[in-house]
Amino acid sequence: MPTRIHPILGAFAILVFFFLLAPLVIIIGAALSDTTFLTFPPQGLTLRWFANIFQIEAFRRTAITSLQVALLGTGLSLLIGIPAAYALNRYRVELPRWLSTLFVLPILVPEIVFGFALMKSITIGLGLPVFISLVVGHALLILPYSVRVVGASLASFDFSIEEAARSLGCPPLKTFMTVVLPNIRAGVIAAFILAFITSINDVSVSVFLTGPGISTLPIQILAHMEQFFDPTIASVSVLLMLVTVGVMAIVEATLGLTFLTK
Amino acid sequence: MPATIAVILLLVIPVLLTIATTFGEAGGPFSTYAAFFKSGFRMAVLYRTLQIALITTAIALVVGFITAYVIAQMPGRLKSIMIIAAVFPLLTGVVVRSFAWLIILGKNGIVNNVLMSAGLIGEPLSMLYTQGSVIVAMVYLFVPLMILTLVGVLEGIPRDLIEAAASLGARPVPTFLQVILPLAAPGLIVGAVLVFTGSFTSYATPQLLGGEKQMMMGTFLYQRAMVTFDWVGASTIAAIMVVITIGVVLIMSRMARRLNPMAV
Repeated sequence: MPTRIHPILGAFAILVFFFLLAPLVIIIGAALSDTTFLTFPPQGLTLRWFANIFQIEAFRRTAITSLQVALLGTGLSLLIGIPAAYALNRYRVELPRWLSTLFVLPILVPEIVFGFALMKSITIGLGLPVFISLVVGHALLILPYSVRVVGASLASFDFSIEEAARSLGCPPLKTFMTVVLPNIRAGVIAAFILAFITSINDVSVSVFLTGPGISTLPIQILAHMEQFFDPTIASVSVLLMLVTVGVMAIVEATLGLTFLTK
Repeated sequence: MPATIAVILLLVIPVLLTIATTFGEAGGPFSTYAAFFKSGFRMAVLYRTLQIALITTAIALVVGFITAYVIAQMPGRLKSIMIIAAVFPLLTGVVVRSFAWLIILGKNGIVNNVLMSAGLIGEPLSMLYTQGSVIVAMVYLFVPLMILTLVGVLEGIPRDLIEAAASLGARPVPTFLQVILPLAAPGLIVGAVLVFTGSFTSYATPQLLGGEKQMMMGTFLYQRAMVTFDWVGASTIAAIMVVITIGVVLIMSRMARRLNPMAV
């Protein structure tokens, strides 16, 4: 049973939640303001700043790039991350210990350093197109989520089920697709969501991997902010928050949100 | 495994190559580092970055711990609502969350408007591009991460231990200091490492709220690489960041293992 909370601690926690949520409310208010500058509380209400987003071609273009990079990058990271997580769990004893450390490296190496190194070596060094570099960079940045979250699912998977299927003559790939994968579905969904969100919000890696005509939405927002300070930015931010709301709804519907603290 | 090859080829080798370029200068292998540590300006950036990261970590630890403690005591339904409220900002992008503080702290921002209309100040304060504004935004950025890390840890502490302490006559403060705090120590260390490395290497927040005046290692690296095209200088900054980040992670994770009283 929960113990009693001292009123001062309770009041403090309420203040913290106010501190966490008020800025987001302020953005929504500023996005609705019928003024040419950013202000809160809004003076008059209008949706014209939302309409204005669609007038600006750069936002439309970079939003599409961001979505493509996030989907391809997440897909790629799952494609290589799931087999890695599988191998790490299945053959834990035989594999060297540094291997699991290797997959944490994208978190350990500062993102901004990774972005810089990637730009130097593959965009300029190998002359790869900027878009490919972005996808590859994001895939690697989010690989730890794929490996670790899927790995957590696999840790509670009973590999004897897989052996049963194999001994009954099921081929390895089919066994994986029909026996293993359905059992780690929750982990795969969770990994996909965390990876997608990380990719779509990324600044530090993307900032080095933009080229003529190619940029991601967060980078475009930063660039726009340096020139204009009107409520358009606030309304783009609101749209991005709606993406977050959508993602949280998916998490809640598939896994329950409490999995995030586990 | 393809993932192993991908990490080695696309992360390990590029980063090592980047660091390697710093040793090939005409003035000897360590000349760029000597130049870095001798330059007052560059050392000021490093010192400022460490200072902001440490202050952010300290505030996030205190604020996050108290909030997580309250959340952990809440009954089921209220607890989930509070966790959702903490997760939501975390899933919202860095740019959006830093931008909010531009509206709050700007010249025509909310704080200035309130203070002006209350007659407390005659003209707007310039709060942006100060160390304080960067720290406030960083704390805002990282408190949810700390809360989520600690809620899990605090929930894992068996209730019986606290009740046992109480039934043996321990008052709340000693119970907290001698039972709860040691048990939460490994979680506090994990949270501290996440917040420290995150704020030490951040880019978007110091870029938006600190500007040129409050340059940090991340923005400094970007400026050297993409504005002045001094790649060796940028690589030197990168190498220093990698060494400090990995050093902190290694030392702290060793400490977390030694401090874990449940692991004996």
